[in-house]
Amino acid sequence: MEPKYLLGFVGKSVIKAVTLIIGVSIIAFILISASPLDPVQMNVGTTAYINMSPEKKAQLEEYWGVDTPPLERYLNWAEDFIHGDMGMSLKYNRPVAEIIGQKFLNSLALMAVAWVLSGIIGFILGIVAGANRGRWPDKLIKGYALTLASTPTFWLALVILMVFSVWLGWFPFGMTVPIGVNAADVTIFDHLQHLILPAITLSVVGVANIALHTREKMIDIMESDYFLYAMARGEKKWTIIRRHGLRNIMLPALTLQFASISEIFGGSVLVEQVFSYPGLGQAAVTAGLGGDVSLLLGITVVTACFVFAGNLIANILYGVVDPRIRRGQGIG
Amino acid sequence: MSCLDKHHILEIEDLSVSFTQYEKGLRQIELPVISKLHVSVHSGEIVAVVGSSGSGKSLLAHAVLGLLPNNANVRGRIFFNEELLDPEKIKNLRGKEISLVPQSVNYLDPLMKVGPQVRQGHKDQKTIQRQKKLFRHYDLDETTEGLFPFELSGGMARRVLLSSAMMEAPQLIIADEPTPGLHLEMAKKAMEHFRAFADAGNGVLLITHDIELALEVADRIAVFYAGTTVEEAKVDDFDCEETLRHPYTKALWRALPQNGFQALPGNQPYVKDMPQGCPFGPRCEHFTEECRGEIPVKIVRCGTVRCIHGEPGEASHHHHGERGEA
Amino acid sequence: MELPIYASAKKVKINQRKKTICIFCFACLFLVVLTVAGTMLKDLAMTTDFTQRNLAPSLEHPFGTDWMGRDMLARTVSGLSMSILIGLLAASVSAVIAAILGTMAATLGKKVDAAITWVIDLMMGVPHIVLLVLISFALGKGFWGVTIGVAVTHWPSLARVIRGEVMQMREAPYVKVAGKLGQGNLTIAVRHILPHVFPQFLVGLILLFPHAILHEAAVTFLGFGLSPEQPAVGIILSESMSYLSSGMWWLAVFPGLALILTVALFDMAGGSLRKLIDPFSAHN
Repeated sequence: MEPKYLLGFVGKSVIKAVTLIIGVSIIAFILISASPLDPVQMNVGTTAYINMSPEKKAQLEEYWGVDTPPLERYLNWAEDFIHGDMGMSLKYNRPVAEIIGQKFLNSLALMAVAWVLSGIIGFILGIVAGANRGRWPDKLIKGYALTLASTPTFWLALVILMVFSVWLGWFPFGMTVPIGVNAADVTIFDHLQHLILPAITLSVVGVANIALHTREKMIDIMESDYFLYAMARGEKKWTIIRRHGLRNIMLPALTLQFASISEIFGGSVLVEQVFSYPGLGQAAVTAGLGGDVSLLLGITVVTACFVFAGNLIANILYGVVDPRIRRGQGIG
Repeated sequence: MSCLDKHHILEIEDLSVSFTQYEKGLRQIELPVISKLHVSVHSGEIVAVVGSSGSGKSLLAHAVLGLLPNNANVRGRIFFNEELLDPEKIKNLRGKEISLVPQSVNYLDPLMKVGPQVRQGHKDQKTIQRQKKLFRHYDLDETTEGLFPFELSGGMARRVLLSSAMMEAPQLIIADEPTPGLHLEMAKKAMEHFRAFADAGNGVLLITHDIELALEVADRIAVFYAGTTVEEAKVDDFDCEETLRHPYTKALWRALPQNGFQALPGNQPYVKDMPQGCPFGPRCEHFTEECRGEIPVKIVRCGTVRCIHGEPGEASHHHHGERGEA
Repeated sequence: MELPIYASAKKVKINQRKKTICIFCFACLFLVVLTVAGTMLKDLAMTTDFTQRNLAPSLEHPFGTDWMGRDMLARTVSGLSMSILIGLLAASVSAVIAAILGTMAATLGKKVDAAITWVIDLMMGVPHIVLLVLISFALGKGFWGVTIGVAVTHWPSLARVIRGEVMQMREAPYVKVAGKLGQGNLTIAVRHILPHVFPQFLVGLILLFPHAILHEAAVTFLGFGLSPEQPAVGIILSESMSYLSSGMWWLAVFPGLALILTVALFDMAGGSLRKLIDPFSAHN
């Protein structure tokens, strides 16, 4: 009975995620179609377009052109997309799939570091704040989190760049490859050096959200009946937090962290821009500013897949970890 | 008074609890929920604090255990084994000498299996053996240990909660509405464990809204009205109306099915518009101007009553003198 | 005889109510002054004075001057007033969308609810920035692109709150009783549900401003929002990037701090209003 239930639960979540991704692709496609650029050119890339034979052009015109109904155009695009063909990038003059693959890895490294760091630090700060509700550690942490919530990510990135790169000179300023060094000679160390500042910025910002949520959860738990009862049984506050608190906060915190991928990605767009970090976010900005429609569309859909995958994991996590769902409700 | 001279396990005098709260618009107000409450539990006794639902009885249990939220103000005298307690002593007693049996399974951590929870995380053989013995004693299956709280039936949950209360061999159990939703016969059966505990020379403070249950299982009854105990009486005193002391208790008596089922009109006053003096005043047939003044507790026929009318009694004295006052 | 005290509530030193009202009024006043000042300083913000280039902060120019000799304080205040106006407009539109969709989801049956919930999930799934880039791409850059973008992306969370509130109110005993007593749906909505939901809506609206302002600034910073001729905060910070390595820190630091202050003030205004409406949060 249990595996079947679980399967149904996971199945439902997956189907919902798929419909959402299709929804995102449709909206993105409509928005992009509204732009005044020539859809043929934007799907093939300028250089390729100029060097193309007239027959081929006509054929593409039929496939992508303004005369083709939007629905058919969308279906054409979707079919290609599923087969891994996301079109050609106008700006980079390379297949979109290739660019996304490469940039995505860069962004993934950045986001993974920020995700883990902000998750752990935020979780700890949230517990400390919640457990000391109303006292100075709580006020300090709450103040920090609320101030950060009002701070523009890109400004923080600017300040960090200014302090650590310009004033202290600890880290390189801009560009992945140091000037005068062959791209092939770039070492892991260079990569790391460029990763640190953006990752720190993103973590510092990410901490706020998870800390505030964990704090709320912690306060809920301290007001719960089972906390009261554990106190009545003579347990000390921190023992209860260790034994019952963590167990009950971990799951919502982890869920929140998986669901916050969207925000981390949003932050990474800005941070990558400031630090000239060659990730997906920077590519999205380049594509948007340069009218590189295929790339923009590709990035949007891939991002959505990534985000919904995070939400999906969050959902399933609840089903697998929480015994109330895992074992079904009640035995008799 | 020889009749009150048994060994006191718990004695509460002049206990008042209030909350500092914010109202809409952020006006800060002081909400009195318990005022000048008296109740005592002797060894070998089950004492029932009986009051209507939602009258703040549970707060009594939480106050005695020092578990009220930090916007609470608590003052009064609480004696345990004739020693005056302070917040530090309460901290050391709870869970060891004084155990709480809560209402429901919601008081257990929903994500932790029952066995480890009853053992409070201890993994030594002694604790495990004691827990297994208690489970056997209360007819709980070996497999119960591995269940999560939500998987327990109502009866199992009650016995699990009782087992956890007994883990440290307490002297006093405070049971807060331990038989919710049970019929009288079932509830009486569930209370047998408490009887056995009391008969072994311990004390039980039973907090309940169910006066019929209280009459069946308790030795003495403290009648709780609008945040205070208006009367403490032996169960035998409930045999007829004349042996009861307070007009509210008499009204309760008349509302019992076997005594005519006449419900008292009106409601308990809400904490925000508590009357001056006697809280029962506005509903009392004997109401006089003096009822608006200070109402002292007096001892009448081995019970206590908070009423200026009726039989003369002697003023309540503090059983423990000045000894614990330091 | 003095009774022993077992517990006493922490005394609140200042009158919470007065303090909260003061914070609310102060925040509102400051924002109004900022907006008015910004509009009046617009010309000054554009005035170049090449004899006063690249000056570090001084009494004459508290925020310093830029490479064209423009006063950074005037530019910042003027940019903030622009941000506030866009934020007000976008957040209000967004809140209206949220109110309509939230109420529809709560009242028009399961199918509508499922559809609107799906759209909410959809909107929350795509990072705001990506969506804003797409929208400004479709509508063209500039004032309207960014305003519409912010307006159509910020409603989902408030819509969720309103949906929940309305649903809860529909289940409330006194609303059900009113229905049984024969009061019409419209009467119930106006008399019982609206008065309860409206305060929540107002708080939600005010708390949308900070998000709207931050996102406007971010999008403008990336180059998709307001055009470089306008002294928007996003533009100021974006331009400051080119001068960071030459040590002109004041170009970035002060406008950024001013932006944080503005956003924090909106947050404070919303937070204190919520405290006044919902006293349960006052214990925090």
